[in-house]
Amino acid sequence: MWPRLEARPERSRVMVYLTPLVAAGLTMLAGLILFAALGQDPVRALWAFFVAPLTTAFGWAELVVKATPLVLCALGLAVGFRGNVWNIGAEGQLILGAIFAGGLALWAGEASVPWLLPAMVVAGILGGMAWAAIPALLRTRFNANEILVSLMLTYVAELLLGYLVHGPWRDPGGFNFPESALFGPSALLPALVEGTRLHAGALFALAAVAAVWVLLMRAFIGFQVTVIGLAPRAGGYAGFSQTRVIWLGLMCGGGLAGLAGMVEVAGPIGQLHPQISPGYGFTAIIVAFLGRLHPVGILLAGLFMALTYLGGDTLQIELGLPRAVTGVFQGLTLFFLLASDVLIHHRIRFGRRVNPARGGA
Amino acid sequence: MEGLDGLVALLVAMIRAATPLTLAAVGELVAEKSGVLNLGVEGMMLVGAVAAFATAVATGSLALALLVALLAGMTMALIFGTLTLGLMSNQVATGLALTIVGVGLSAFIGKDFIGIPISGLGPVHIPGLFELPLVGPVLFAQDPLVYASLALTAAVSWVLYRTRAGLVIRAIGENHDAAHALGYPVLVIRLLCVLFGGAMAGLGGAYLSLAYTPMWVESMTAGRGWIALALVVFATWKPGRVLLGAYLFGGVTIVQLHAQGAGLAVSSHILSMLPYLATIVVLVLISRDRARIRLNAPSCIGKPFKAVR
Repeated sequence: MWPRLEARPERSRVMVYLTPLVAAGLTMLAGLILFAALGQDPVRALWAFFVAPLTTAFGWAELVVKATPLVLCALGLAVGFRGNVWNIGAEGQLILGAIFAGGLALWAGEASVPWLLPAMVVAGILGGMAWAAIPALLRTRFNANEILVSLMLTYVAELLLGYLVHGPWRDPGGFNFPESALFGPSALLPALVEGTRLHAGALFALAAVAAVWVLLMRAFIGFQVTVIGLAPRAGGYAGFSQTRVIWLGLMCGGGLAGLAGMVEVAGPIGQLHPQISPGYGFTAIIVAFLGRLHPVGILLAGLFMALTYLGGDTLQIELGLPRAVTGVFQGLTLFFLLASDVLIHHRIRFGRRVNPARGGA
Repeated sequence: MEGLDGLVALLVAMIRAATPLTLAAVGELVAEKSGVLNLGVEGMMLVGAVAAFATAVATGSLALALLVALLAGMTMALIFGTLTLGLMSNQVATGLALTIVGVGLSAFIGKDFIGIPISGLGPVHIPGLFELPLVGPVLFAQDPLVYASLALTAAVSWVLYRTRAGLVIRAIGENHDAAHALGYPVLVIRLLCVLFGGAMAGLGGAYLSLAYTPMWVESMTAGRGWIALALVVFATWKPGRVLLGAYLFGGVTIVQLHAQGAGLAVSSHILSMLPYLATIVVLVLISRDRARIRLNAPSCIGKPFKAVR
């Protein structure tokens, strides 16, 4: 008796909340198999990956530090994804935010400027928005696919950052390393807990969760985004503008990714160098889906994904495994999620069809 | 003759730069013609590249390495096909997941192979034709995969537009319900097309790690999978134009590299942006003609298919 899929009359609300947990569980199961195949004690490795990082207060602080840019980027992406606007260039928008905010910080130097941090926040958001405006404009004016344009711009952004820190913004006293000078004290986000790297950027992420929740769940424009995403024709008949939804999706995505870039350089990093992001903008895509494109879900998913970064570090230190394990785990999570999402609209049935429409296949 | 030699070298390099794009884009074109949008080309290429390189280092056999790359690309495509066709997952999200997994997996597998030199795929001179002036050294003194890419492009074009199988593939891409009503196994044929796309992407990746720059570097495809996706749009889903587009991009890449080598007073970072910016420009030029895109794009692209009865 083969199991088969049967369409549900309506989507299962239980499964909407359950499948992310199923996906996380399956990822851990796959981890057991993966570690066993690598000749490691699977339980010990899995412990090191998912639990050990959270056994110290320092670990929890690091978790929040890593989750902050992920949540910020994913919140912005979710606004777009809900409206079928596929911005996958958050990584590039994050970099532009970092460049804009970092440029301001470098301009100020060691001088004490009281309005510097707020200005850097604005600059970061504007930088990300400017970068996202390119795919928005090209999509709405010339019908160019925003997936490809936003992704191509990510490579351009990486090269632009490389150019700046190798060239005009290189620290003259930096022994020729491709790095900018360290930011002055007034350009750094204050620590929330002394002795850890936990900084005020985490509060931005929380504020963004609330703001995006209001936008998507309580504002009319959020409703328009959802309608256009689910049924573009119906949205059209209702007089909702697709162009507006595209711009809103990309501006939210770009602005929040830019803010994430600002938070990173003004928080844990404190300068500009070529590798300011270990792929946060791409991992945020997974976070957005795992969080069901819902602000609160994204917050939880961001913490889970942040754990995979910490776990990768712990594995490297304790068991000498490469950090690339992180990427494998992140990708697997999304695969398992997409696979188990079939249960939202279908259920598994065993045995024969009760009323065979076309007989046994 | 100095100038001619330079031109030959430039054209040879252009074709070499275009070959991984051609392979990957032609494969993706077949998948898209059947109505499936696979955004995982970059991931499949990377896994193909690392699989080929690891096999070449372990066994020393380049033929075996190519075979393994092909199978690795198909395995990735099989995951994608199972999810999108079997479980009706969102094709865009699944394709992105495939790329993310491919980047992570290839970095994971490749960590022991960084910095190992191999003797890559060398040129094979085709006797007789090779002696022709200009055309000979440019077209007939290339490595076997370049010939394969040209032959496969021609073969795909022929199959799609001159055979019954091609007609069925295109029919499924245009209207899967009608094709299903006629009795064609929509999902099976789509899966085969997706697998073909995976095999071609795997080969494209293998070309990078075995022939173009015979070594393994993390994320060595550097966006070529995405450029291949853009090429399919640029080509308005026509195989011959994919080749044209790929050579155009090969040209941009090589001119940009030569400018860097010649010590032009522009930063190498800025010059390296050119292929990506060129992709955007080309995409805009083609896409702005909405009617043309609508006419040429397979109607069912990206839409899931579920047999009702």
